[in-house]
Amino acid sequence: MTLTAPVDTKATSTTVLLSVRNLRVWFELRKFGLGVAGYVRAVDGVSFDLYEGEAIAVVGESGCGKSSLMRTILGLHRPREGQIIFDGRDISRFTRDELRWYRTRVGYVQQDPYGALPPFMTVRGILEEPLVVAGVKDKQERLERIRQVMREVKMTPVDDFLSKFPHQLSGGQQQRIVIARAILLEPRLLVADEPVSMLDASVRVEILTLLRQLQEQHNLSVIYITHDLSTVRYFSERIFVMYAGQIIEKGPVNEILENPKHPYTWALLAATPEPDPQNVHKFREVPPGEPPSLITPPSGCRFHPRCAKIIHGTCERQVPPGFEVSPEHIVQCWLYEE
Amino acid sequence: MGLLRDTLRELRYYPSAIVGLVIISLLVLFSIYTVIAIPYEEAITLWRGGETVWYRLPRTVPPAWTNLFRSKKLPESLILDSREGAAERTEESLSKGEGKQIRLVYTFNFSYDEFPEDLSLYFYPTYTEKPPFVSVLWVTPDGREIRITDQAVKRGAFRFIQDKKLQRRLRRKVGDFPANVALFADPASTEADEPVPLKGTYRLEVLATTFDQESNLEAELIVYGKVYGIAGTDHLRRDLKVALMWGAPVALAFGLLAAVGTTVTTMIIAAIGVWFSGIVDGIIQRITEVNLMLPLLPILIMIGTFYSRSIWVILGATILFSIFGASIKTYRAIFLQIRESPYIEAARAYGASDFRIIFRYLIPRILPILIPNLVTLIPSFVFLEASLAVLGLGDPILPTWGKLIQDSLSNGALYKGLYYWVLEPSALLMITGLGFAMLGFTLDRVFNPRLREI
Repeated sequence: MTLTAPVDTKATSTTVLLSVRNLRVWFELRKFGLGVAGYVRAVDGVSFDLYEGEAIAVVGESGCGKSSLMRTILGLHRPREGQIIFDGRDISRFTRDELRWYRTRVGYVQQDPYGALPPFMTVRGILEEPLVVAGVKDKQERLERIRQVMREVKMTPVDDFLSKFPHQLSGGQQQRIVIARAILLEPRLLVADEPVSMLDASVRVEILTLLRQLQEQHNLSVIYITHDLSTVRYFSERIFVMYAGQIIEKGPVNEILENPKHPYTWALLAATPEPDPQNVHKFREVPPGEPPSLITPPSGCRFHPRCAKIIHGTCERQVPPGFEVSPEHIVQCWLYEE
Repeated sequence: MGLLRDTLRELRYYPSAIVGLVIISLLVLFSIYTVIAIPYEEAITLWRGGETVWYRLPRTVPPAWTNLFRSKKLPESLILDSREGAAERTEESLSKGEGKQIRLVYTFNFSYDEFPEDLSLYFYPTYTEKPPFVSVLWVTPDGREIRITDQAVKRGAFRFIQDKKLQRRLRRKVGDFPANVALFADPASTEADEPVPLKGTYRLEVLATTFDQESNLEAELIVYGKVYGIAGTDHLRRDLKVALMWGAPVALAFGLLAAVGTTVTTMIIAAIGVWFSGIVDGIIQRITEVNLMLPLLPILIMIGTFYSRSIWVILGATILFSIFGASIKTYRAIFLQIRESPYIEAARAYGASDFRIIFRYLIPRILPILIPNLVTLIPSFVFLEASLAVLGLGDPILPTWGKLIQDSLSNGALYKGLYYWVLEPSALLMITGLGFAMLGFTLDRVFNPRLREI
């Protein structure tokens, strides 16, 4: 399962910025406050490479482990196994100081813009915090950097916003502040966790376009986490489809959207609403059943209990390896065993 | 904290908050005035002074303003001191050139419906060898003259009631009454054995003969009334005003320090427990649970009995035992919720330290709950201090409201009908409680709009 440089037309470099190797994030379940009753296998064996200046989208339903993956990359959770190599260094071995440095290199855009901003601080106070934490002592310099980043996220005139509190801003403006905070320390990687899912449809595109512009200007690598495939096209070069803690299909955007291979990806794509009046009369096929338990995941292919194309005797016994169906397009499904 | 400022501005629309604020500001101004007008040292010497400081005042009398509500007006105390020019003074040298004759005439108007409590004449003679010889004459408004005493006087007091000779003389002239009654009685009423005071201008003449030119005599006439000042007096003739005034700064300081000390520390401890969770949280929770079972009042009584009754020791113990109080649980519940906020996650993602997260992100969120809590907590600590004082564990040096109540109870004030003695400090305690409660409950409504009536 080796990856070569993406064949995408976008000018992404071939330098790997972030490399995730066989990552497992398990959470302990305690029994009577003592002893371990089991584990929630939120992320179970994920590997991928992220190139400099590349945007990837991680899609999957709620509870599939995409948020745990993201938090682990941000250094908020410790992985149980595997490595996260950022710029050639393993972040799980970082000392406190190195971790602080790492955190200035990674920006984080959250889902709920209002919740992501401390309600008792002004915009200026909010944006000053990362700078203070990063050790920018000079007050004038901090203010200058805040002004600059505010212009970048198009919150102008800057001075009108500096003394506002989050509740005085619209949802779109709040999200711009969240983005400003994320890029303030000039990171090389941006992790965006469903950045537009809580916004009005009308501002979604604006925010996504803004993110795209910032990505190009700063040559940022972006991990874009979403369950909404309709916004992916705006944004990313590659799509990773996650199911039950594993990446089951990955490939270039157009490949996945137009030529999905995994039955779960089909279901996801089918669930994406399209603005077609005819859809009112159309009943959508959704995969039956619930997302699987992450404590006792199904054997073999984790999707097999819900899969319409199940190959009995194989799918429930053996974990499918990655099959490369076309260049860069890898799918973990027994249907594509040559 | 613009949000905080906006919220405080909203208080204008609540009459209860305004009343509360007015009461609190008056108390604060009153305390400041007290501390300036009667400095700490002076207050303590006054309060512990005893008879030498307070001999001028009558014992256990209600405040003077109670006369407003009485049909029979009680006499107020009268202090006429020749040193302050309250007596008409004439001097003439004796013909031989040795000694002189000094005449002090005290004139005062008496128009009350009750007899005074007592009368005393304090002599302050100066002499080299022989003390001056004094004759004292009492002149009633109807012109009767009663000889009080003839004696050589040294520095000291002549007490009208206690003087046997005067007593005999009065029995012959007026009837079998104590001096304070006999001297002021209307002759018509004494015959019916129901004396009433004669209103009018009384005069006391002190005629002193000295035996050398340098000798001198000053004297102070005190007619002890049955009411005194704005606060009345206690069993040691002390003016209750001193204790009532000093009670305010002591109560406010105790309440404020204890409330701020406990709430702020409790909040920080709760935040630390929630943030670090695990074993830290476990230890804090267990300490709290054990502490919740410990009775504060008996422990304070024990400290007061065996260790020290100093108000500062009691304050320290109160804070110490209240820190791990039930509010730790309340704050913890709120912090647990705040801890999961996305903005805290964001702060962790940009590398904010644990300390920074606790103080900059967790604690500011809880201030809206903390502030009303703190304000309503102040009176409960004021009352705690008063309760301790009533139980006899008040600070032995400082005069406080609680100690006044204790004094009054141990001297049977209610039994003797000296209600003012109990009611004055109690009223001040209640007003203090009311002020903080009104402000606190309103703050609670302003900060937590969900509590407002629908």
